[in-house]
Parts: sequence; C-alpha cells; structure tokens
Amino acid sequence: MNLTLKIWRQKDSKAKGQMVDYKVTDISEHMSFLEMMDVLNEQLVNSGEEPVAFDHDCREGICGMCSMHINGEAHGPDRGITTCQLHMRMFKDGDTITIEPWRATAFPVIKDLVVDRTAFERIQQAGGYISVNTSGNTQDANSIPISKHAADEAMDAATCIGCGACVASCKNSSAMLFVGAKVSQYALLPQGQVEAADRVRNMVEQMDKEGFGNCTNTGACEVECPKGISLENIARMNREYLAATFKG
Amino acid sequence: MSGILNSTIGRKFAMALSAFFLMIFLLQHFAINLLSVFSADTFNDVSHFMGTFWVIQYVMQPVLIFGVIFHFIMGFVLEIKNNKARNISYAKNNGSANSTWMSRNMIWSGAAILAFIVLHFIDFWIPEINTKYIVGDMSGLHNGEYRYFHELVEKFQNPLRVAAYVIAFVFLALHLLHGFSSAFQSVGANNKYTKGLKGFGKAYAIIIPLGFIFIALFHHFNH
Repeated sequence: MNLTLKIWRQKDSKAKGQMVDYKVTDISEHMSFLEMMDVLNEQLVNSGEEPVAFDHDCREGICGMCSMHINGEAHGPDRGITTCQLHMRMFKDGDTITIEPWRATAFPVIKDLVVDRTAFERIQQAGGYISVNTSGNTQDANSIPISKHAADEAMDAATCIGCGACVASCKNSSAMLFVGAKVSQYALLPQGQVEAADRVRNMVEQMDKEGFGNCTNTGACEVECPKGISLENIARMNREYLAATFKG
Repeated sequence: MSGILNSTIGRKFAMALSAFFLMIFLLQHFAINLLSVFSADTFNDVSHFMGTFWVIQYVMQPVLIFGVIFHFIMGFVLEIKNNKARNISYAKNNGSANSTWMSRNMIWSGAAILAFIVLHFIDFWIPEINTKYIVGDMSGLHNGEYRYFHELVEKFQNPLRVAAYVIAFVFLALHLLHGFSSAFQSVGANNKYTKGLKGFGKAYAIIIPLGFIFIALFHHFNH
C-alpha cells in the first residue's frame, strides 16, 4: 500500500517543531508500524535526509518504549497493543496517517517523536518499591498466604509497562492510571502494605510536582492502555491516598 | 491532612463531595417542584416552609450557595491547571475513540449550567430574598393567598424563559451523565456495584432534568 505520513519533526528539545509530509510506497500490510517507520527512515537516509527519531526497544509489547500518537490515538487505532504491535493491515491504501509524539508538559519532546518520560521514573523512585532486607535471611515470599483474588489484581496492576499512553490519551495529561497501577500492585499485597501510606503520599506528591493534570474520569486512559489497566486502580489509589491523608 | 486541596486527588475528592451535595439538593428541588403539578396548595405550603424555616434559610441555604460557588470555582481552576499540563496540542486528536463527549466537555456543560443559575437567581432567588429580608415581608402572602404557586406559573408564561430553561436542563443532563458515576470513582468507589451505579446514574441524569423540563412545559401550556 502507498501512504502519506504527516510526522512531527523537531530537531531538538529547544527547536520549534512542525508537521512534515512524507510518502511511502509498497508497504506490506503484514509489517508492524515500526517496520513501516524503518522503511521510511531507510528512504530518508538514502536520500541524505535526517531519519525520524522514535523510541523502540523490544518490539514485542513489553518494554513500553514505543510511544507514537497515531491518527489521534496513543499507539494507534487498535486496542490492547503498543505501537510495535500495531500492524499496517489496520490502514488502507492511500491513507494519510498523522504521527505525533506524546503531548504533555511533563513529557517534553527530546527529538521528533522521542519524549522524555523520566517523570515516570521519578514517581517510581518516590515510592514504587518495597523495603526488604536482602542480606540472606529474607523470608520466602511463598510462605505468606495471599488470596487468589488479591494476587490476580496485583498481577494485573503490575502489567503496566509505563509507556505513558495514559498520559498521552488523557485530555488533562493526567498520570493517574500509571500511578494508580503502581500504587495498587503493592497495596494489594501484604509485603507492600507496610509502607502503603507513605508510598501513596509520596508518589502522588511527585506526580503533582511533575506537572501532570487532574484526572476527570473520562476513562480514555483505560481504553488506550496497551495492557488494559483498569480504572479500578485509580479508585484504589484515591482510597489509599484519602485514607493516608485523613489518618495523618 | 493539611493542604489536601493542593493535591490532585484532594481536589478530585472535594469536587466529588460538592457534587454529591448538589445532586441531593437537585433531587429535593425536583420533588418540591413536582408538587406544583399535582397540588397548588401543597406546593404553596411546602414552599412557605422551605422559605421560612430557619434551618433551611440560615444553615442549608448558605451551605448550598457555598457548595455551588465552590464546585464552579474548583471546576474552572482544574480546567486551567489541566490545560497547562499539555503545552502543545495534538494536530489530530480522536477523543471520541476512547471517551464520551460528556466526559470531555464538563467545563462547557458546567458553564451553561452556571449561566442558567444566574438567570434562575434573577428570576426567583433575588426577588424572594428582596421580599423577605429587604422589604421584610415574611408572610408569603399576596392578596391574602400564598404567592409561590402564582409566581411560578407567571414566570413560565414567557416562551423565551421556558426555552432557556429547557436548554439548560439538557446541559444539566449531559453534565450528570458523566458527573454522577465520576463522583463515585473520585471518592474511590469502584467495585462490584459500579455497573449498577452507572445505570442508576444514567437514569438519574435523564429522569431528573427531563422532569424539570416537564414541569416548566406543564405550567407554560396549562395556564
């Protein structure tokens, strides 16, 4: 198939970017979206132009690196996938595809389609862990009984790959689905409950400091999340935060 | 505890609490208005009670006014903050692919409701306060009869006013279609009851505004 691509080009973090049109031809419907981008970049390199910078790593939907906003949706028009898992069969011959970086003040553009997502890392560092002494006398995790229900919910929350699609999709650029998932995966398990109050307070405080917006429960994040993280995680974070705040 | 309104979750919580209060108020306002369809006398009696009982006048009324002002100001503050969280907009954004129009436009439905409340205050509340607290007439009487039903009917004779009220209630329905279930999510209530609650919320969001529209049209066409 032959396509027209409208891609955000921005030389560096300080430069003023703009949308630039490109044509690609003979794209196979079996290609992944990133493979199509590789074809474009080969074309650009061969003609002596600067290739389009974009994030990618595992290309199998695990690492959370790829981050394109395609035709107005994070990770494109398909559901439950990352951009690397989006296939060209989702498009038709002759289509014009608009490709932009994640847009959020807390995710500044570094170059072209690459954004700086270290804000997520700082939120994780604020409390997304448990403090365990691993000096050799650590208790076997399997010796602590955990209900199947809690284990499943914690595991579901833990599938968040931190790609930032929730922020990109949210009209308020809110990071609450990400933080809700990270708070939940620990709050549901006994190992995480010891530090639960401090964790939620610190992670929410860091989230606010980073300049993410306020959640207004539109649910766009849940729909666009490649891992299907549920809004229940945001509700749980709200409960955890309010309990931690009112209990002092 | 300190500075809860400075946190994103704290603001959500405060928005939800004021929303719950306003939704309960709306229900009682609707119930009293509905009386006017069935019995002018009962409507007059209840209106006089609401307008003169000190708990309603000096406790509930100030709380209500505070709740309304708080909900609006916080709504606008959040909108400004949220706009700042995205300094460059998307060239193409397909919002309808992942969320409802109502959820994305709460600020506009809210602004329409605010405009309506201004009109409603000019129509009913300011004359009422004037009669009771400035003129000092607490009797509720006009020509020897309770004036409330008569005032209501008189106001709804103007078709422009009725049209404005109908449009405002459509916006109220749109606001509530998202707002009802959103308030529960904001206070952390998302569980096995959520599905049922969403259904109840949709019914509330449609039935209550539709009822208000019915009452306005009823008095317009019946008198």
